[in-house]
Amino acid sequence: MTPIEWQIATISAITPETPEVKTFGLSLPAWMRHQAGQHYDVRLRAPDGYVAQRSYSIASAPETMGRVDLTVEHIDGGEVSGYLHEVPMVGDRIEVRGPIGGYFVWDEKKGGPLLLIAGGSGVVPLMAMLRHRKAVGSTVPTRLLFSARSFDDLIYREELAALAADGSGLEVRFTLTRSQPPGWTGFTRRIDLPMLTEVAGPLGREPLCYICGPTLLVEAAANGLGDLGIAPGRIRTERFGPTGS
Amino acid sequence: MVRQVQTEAGVDEKFVTRGFVGRSREPQSRAERIPPGQYETRDFPVLSAGPTPRVKLDKWSFSIEGLVKQKVGWSWDEFQALPAQDFLVDIHCVTKWSKLDTRWRGVSVDTLLEHVELDPRAQFVTAFTWEGYTTNMPLTDIINGRAFVAYQYDGQPLPAAHGGPVRLVVPQLYFWKSAKWVTGLRLMDKDRSGFWEQAGYNNHGDPWKEERYTGD
Repeated sequence: MTPIEWQIATISAITPETPEVKTFGLSLPAWMRHQAGQHYDVRLRAPDGYVAQRSYSIASAPETMGRVDLTVEHIDGGEVSGYLHEVPMVGDRIEVRGPIGGYFVWDEKKGGPLLLIAGGSGVVPLMAMLRHRKAVGSTVPTRLLFSARSFDDLIYREELAALAADGSGLEVRFTLTRSQPPGWTGFTRRIDLPMLTEVAGPLGREPLCYICGPTLLVEAAANGLGDLGIAPGRIRTERFGPTGS
Repeated sequence: MVRQVQTEAGVDEKFVTRGFVGRSREPQSRAERIPPGQYETRDFPVLSAGPTPRVKLDKWSFSIEGLVKQKVGWSWDEFQALPAQDFLVDIHCVTKWSKLDTRWRGVSVDTLLEHVELDPRAQFVTAFTWEGYTTNMPLTDIINGRAFVAYQYDGQPLPAAHGGPVRLVVPQLYFWKSAKWVTGLRLMDKDRSGFWEQAGYNNHGDPWKEERYTGD
């Protein structure tokens, strides 16, 4: 079988999303259609041959041809995310390979109703799903529950609001766990069972669920959905970050 | 998954990323234990495809089946009574982190296999689990002291998120082969791809050969 080859992408755009998050538009010489939810590996190489690799979720829809957008959160002390946030400029070249991953993926054929739950930059692969949903004109009933620390940490906030207003059957709910702006009407706490009941309830007993975020959030959300009677096989998870224990 | 990639996309091995220096290098002896493309972490990240199952110990059993003369199974109490050992191993996750000197306690796969008579055709193994995940490997990768079934991590009962009550540990393969919530091994004459192996990940998964994805 042919391996997924490394290729040299050219950075075609760098877009700040929040103070800690940027999106890198990459032009690819060997672009391949991905599935929403997949990732690319990025490889950095120092002059002495030292290399560092990380995986980053694709934010763009599969329908965006010739390019992928990777949205990257700046991790404290992060060797690769720190480099990406501080050094590259548009026109710089960078080694990548992908798309990778075959389970945490959604396309219209998988149907719904769709329940997406995100913590922080865990929204990135879910955004690819929502952009795909939009690109193919899907009206699958969909709900996104997005947890972030503060209003300014809500990645894609305006685009999400626009998608939710387009009449396609998407509802977006935010929870801000650390601080809220004046007049905030969304949730103000960590994801818990009452919140999941409220958000998931209208989707019925068998929504297809994708949860991505820090480990503790994913554990809480996945266990909660289990408590609501959703079958484990309908719940797909992707976790990042330390365990906290 | 076959991927056809144009040849002009190949990467010259002399490529250097502009402005990248990297963090200070580990001392040589430690660095030599980190496979290519991996970095060392002191955390213990959790990665699973779905919810953490709630394994009920009174319903739990561990079995060895397939190409064996007689299938063998252990209840939780019987499994605890098997001769256990301590293991100190380095582990490597395909998502790029490696963790050195992890401490486990459990039962060597060799010890488990002493309880069955292997059919000589048995060459491959599928590890199966409480919640349905499977992963496959050649028998040679889990015998002769190479793998164990662990129920303690760092002196404590293995937490559920890390695969408790017991998980398989196969340190010399990427860590997705170390099936969480493992409930048995099935011996087979033919190789049969497991969960991640059917979802774009390498069938073998040797970190030292960087066998991450299908076709690597």
